[in-house]
Amino acid sequence: MVEILLNGIFIGSLYALFGIGLALTLGLMRQINLAHGDLIVLSAYAALEATRLTGLHPLIVMPVVVVGMYFIGWALQRVLIERVMGRGETSPLLITFGLSMVLQSAMQLAFTADTASLDPGFLGPASVQIGPLTMGLLPIITFGVSVGVFALTAAVFNATNFGRSVRATADDARTATLMGIDTKSIFSTAMGLSIAVSAVAAIFFGMRGTFGPFVGGNWMLYAFETVILGGLGSIWGTFAGGLILGVSQALGGMIQPSFAPLLGHIVFLVVLLVRPRGLFAK
Amino acid sequence: MISITNLHAGYGALAVLFGIELKVARGDCLALIGANGAGKSTLFSTLSGLLDAQQGDIQFDGQSIIGLSPVTIVQRGLIVVPEGRRLFASLSVEENLLLGKNSKRQGNWTLERIYDLFPTLGPLRHRNAMALSGGQQQLVAIGRALMSNPLALLCDELSLGLSPAAVDVVYEALKTIRREGLTTIIVEQDIGRALSSSDNFACIRHGQIALAGRSDQVDRSAISAAYFGTH
Repeated sequence: MVEILLNGIFIGSLYALFGIGLALTLGLMRQINLAHGDLIVLSAYAALEATRLTGLHPLIVMPVVVVGMYFIGWALQRVLIERVMGRGETSPLLITFGLSMVLQSAMQLAFTADTASLDPGFLGPASVQIGPLTMGLLPIITFGVSVGVFALTAAVFNATNFGRSVRATADDARTATLMGIDTKSIFSTAMGLSIAVSAVAAIFFGMRGTFGPFVGGNWMLYAFETVILGGLGSIWGTFAGGLILGVSQALGGMIQPSFAPLLGHIVFLVVLLVRPRGLFAK
Repeated sequence: MISITNLHAGYGALAVLFGIELKVARGDCLALIGANGAGKSTLFSTLSGLLDAQQGDIQFDGQSIIGLSPVTIVQRGLIVVPEGRRLFASLSVEENLLLGKNSKRQGNWTLERIYDLFPTLGPLRHRNAMALSGGQQQLVAIGRALMSNPLALLCDELSLGLSPAAVDVVYEALKTIRREGLTTIIVEQDIGRALSSSDNFACIRHGQIALAGRSDQVDRSAISAAYFGTH
């Protein structure tokens, strides 16, 4: 039972990583990026290509992929979303929906519809024995990295001028401009960071399971549930949301394997009914 | 410090300002008065770079600021205390104040000096800015602008929605700030308050300067005539 709960926490920390990028755009910038899941998949493919080209371990190529995805996120905001901002709330939604379609088709063309995965190498079978519990090393590393990413993100957004400027711009972009904040630059950087941290999630997921050009929708769903469960605007709330989702799925899986995702969705629905703004909304 | 010459501005085909001419000397305070819709806010929007001028020039500290972005204008030292305070709702008092540092201008204004100037804000520094009273919020809005180390402050409707006691506190603070040599333009509905707090005044009507002069030498009936367009 403890082992199952721990596995739920470990997979939950991965969902939290899926969610953190979305939490930044949705919770702090108040923008919905419907291509978020597809950009995570693109990160996984980028890592796959990088490992094929260099023969290096996915964790070694991670910094390059993260930096590359930062620039893709930055360009997405600057070139696409910014152009349609101010033309109604649905415009960024529709433009990212269009991007999602384009990315899926382009990835199918480039990588075929076959599933792929990242080779975790020695980390795949490696495990750690703590008392009577046997835990995989990769899930433990995933959990540690997830906590680190959340701590860093919270520090950046709560205690730096950049973080204050993002929150101020999300509150009132016009007044932020009057205070000397370059709102376009701030949002582009925030979108870049959003996609960069999602790339971390993509690489860990790619080492644990398979992915294909069309799984972005599922990953987006987990990210969305994580963010909403935790509550908009709360970075650590997103982390908690991921853990709740992961543990719910693990408990569901105990009843019956196919019941795992369903219990996660049910918990999501119940939390929304009890606390419509999420558990830790600001 | 601020010299506006033949300024025309508006919103698309809607012209609002017609040939505004104004001068504000360094360290002076100009009170801008006028009825609603006269063009005061449009003039502030043009000065702050939110709205492009259609014609004319604005010289600030010896350089034209026409065509500059609001961010660049703040970096040059001209900043607005916006109507209705417009504090950032998800930020604390101190976080709102710190945002003023985005101008990257060097100067004497620090958090400590702001808390010295407005002692009531010190104990509230970690509170959410929206949890403060209207008067306290106005002090935060002024403090936030001061943190940018400006050369000139444009104060839009400082007394709007405040109790008389809070208005006294705000204008007392303005007096202290002016002793630092800051150039100020205030938009104020309370004409008596505007005149007593300024060196010069300008009355805008229908987008033009209807009357201007020294605040301590003005004839009230002349102001009424300029304000309402009566003779």
